[in-house]
Amino acid sequence: MSVALSVRALGKHFGELQALRDVSFDAHERELLAVVGPNGAGKTTLLSIIAGTQTASSGSVTGPAPGDGVARKVGWAPQQPALYSKLTVAENLRLFARLERVADPDAEVERMLEQTGLATRAGDLLGELSGGNRQRVNVAVGLLGAPPVLALDEPSSALDPRQRERLWRFIRGLAQDGTSVVFSTHNVGEAERYGDRVIVLDEGRMIFDGTPEALMQAAPAQAAGDFEQALVAFLSEGPEL
Amino acid sequence: MRWLLRKDLLILRRSRLLVALLVLYPVAIALLIGLAISRSPSRPRVAIVDETPPGQTVQVGSERVEVSQYTQHLFSQVQAVTVRTRAQAVGKVKSGEVLAAVVIPPDIAARLSTGIRQAQLEIIYNGDALQQSLVQSQLGSALAQANLGFSERIQRAAAGVLALLLKGGNLGVIGAPPDLIGLGQIPPQLHAIIARQPPGPDRAALQRIAAFAEFAAQNLTLSRNVLSTVGQPIQVRSTLLHGRRTPLNTFAVVVAVSVSLMFVCVLLAAGGVALEREEHVLARLLRGPPALVSREGLLAEKGALAALCAFAVAFAMLAGVSAFVPLDWSRVGLWLLALALGALAFGALGVAIGAGAREVRAASLLAFLLSLPLAFLALVPSGAVSTGLYDTISAISFVFPFKATLQALDAAVNRSAPALGGSLAHLAVLTLAFGALARIGLRRAD
Repeated sequence: MSVALSVRALGKHFGELQALRDVSFDAHERELLAVVGPNGAGKTTLLSIIAGTQTASSGSVTGPAPGDGVARKVGWAPQQPALYSKLTVAENLRLFARLERVADPDAEVERMLEQTGLATRAGDLLGELSGGNRQRVNVAVGLLGAPPVLALDEPSSALDPRQRERLWRFIRGLAQDGTSVVFSTHNVGEAERYGDRVIVLDEGRMIFDGTPEALMQAAPAQAAGDFEQALVAFLSEGPEL
Repeated sequence: MRWLLRKDLLILRRSRLLVALLVLYPVAIALLIGLAISRSPSRPRVAIVDETPPGQTVQVGSERVEVSQYTQHLFSQVQAVTVRTRAQAVGKVKSGEVLAAVVIPPDIAARLSTGIRQAQLEIIYNGDALQQSLVQSQLGSALAQANLGFSERIQRAAAGVLALLLKGGNLGVIGAPPDLIGLGQIPPQLHAIIARQPPGPDRAALQRIAAFAEFAAQNLTLSRNVLSTVGQPIQVRSTLLHGRRTPLNTFAVVVAVSVSLMFVCVLLAAGGVALEREEHVLARLLRGPPALVSREGLLAEKGALAALCAFAVAFAMLAGVSAFVPLDWSRVGLWLLALALGALAFGALGVAIGAGAREVRAASLLAFLLSLPLAFLALVPSGAVSTGLYDTISAISFVFPFKATLQALDAAVNRSAPALGGSLAHLAVLTLAFGALARIGLRRAD
């Protein structure tokens, strides 16, 4: 798999607070990369820098090479849906498609409505949709212009289990179609189930980068077999050498 | 930016209640302020009991002045409600039907005719301290005007009597001989007689009488001038140092329109920017590179949209009010210029407020809390407060767009001072300054 996104020696500080320290990793095509860690670990900061809503204090984020025809290198869906509640689903998608300067906005809207399964709700005001459907539109806006990398900040945090399942099915479909998805989550079960790879952040440092299985193996022996236990033990005691 | 503008127009169209409130609320406030300025103080409604017998007069020498003339003067100064008795007057004051009552006693003519006793009126009023103060002030002014008018009548009558004494003729006073010689005619006639008298004690005595008559005639002439001076000792001549006097009702129109312009513009601009944060869209719009829309573009779009809406509302108000208050439509180009610059400055103030707020409600509250006192401060006249406080108020008013807009619109509508150009330049500078503040407030997109 080729590298879709390369993060090198990324650092970010807010005054005295060091939110990210020397974080480096690659995200590959068709890969679902989970970013996990406790509160304040730097997950949202990392996703924000990748998405371009914040600038890094040091280091670099490199996306696909320019000139490959994509409107934007990294698509982004923030934790809370960033959409206009007084506009319909289709109007939201059309507005952002136009702002993204997508070549054929109407066709792109049709494609996204089809892809998200929201074609029947296209005329509904966003404020009248369920949290799950709103999040699907939120992700769909991030996918406008078919970016090769999609950054999702805790995409399922406000959803019930059924909505969550539908959303992950959709995201997995995106990865299978070639998109590299970097997502942060508090739900370690999701990271284990849907992440091809897991990055663990703690106090701004990246302390693990590997598959969920590798994390389980690296965790202390008493947490064997339980991913959540393994992660907690890993964060408290560090990897078993 | 045009897609963002279309989106905002669509959202506005769907927020009918908000739009209705944004338009109706400032218009209501503006009209109330306008009415408060233009309608006070009106003529007080006063009950008048005239107890004097019909046709009673005050005699000044041979002249008679009817007491009813005083009543007429008083009637012209108030909204008069005629009642027959004092008891009826008291009833009307108690019921609040009238602000006060004036009782003109039956002996007013007799007292005035004595020349040594002042006539007395009775005033009956009611209410709390504020109302009492208002009644005293308004009625005191009305009575002073009536007194002045009546005293001028008496003074004219007295001057007429003096003129008759000087010129001679029939005095018209019972017991006075007909065809009396005038005091002014005595000296020349005496001098003719003296010329025919041989020198001696009689001639010397006549010369002394002639000298006295001459002196008396001169001083009686002077007395007429003194009487007219006493009738109105000080005349007022007004000089406006600069500009053109603005009629109160057209100034009230300017105030009302400026207040509406401010509220619609500031609330809409502040709410528009804050909505982007509240919907969490700001970060999506501004992330880059390349950003979907630049920060400057976003602020310009919000400010311009708010300015356009407020401009339309304000101009509609001005045009509507012109049906009731005469406005000079030949200056409509200048009205539009003043409204446009004012709207842009208010738009810039609005986006600066919106850029610092995280929610529409917070932005609206902040906009309202800031705008209303600014409007009132800008209307405080010099001399109404201490010099230091007025300087502070002036400094505050200078750094916000309300006073400059008011002055620009007043100059455009009423040709008042200061000149339009200075106010427009002031508004342009304020637009840039608040635009820069808004840009700083929008540094963070989250």
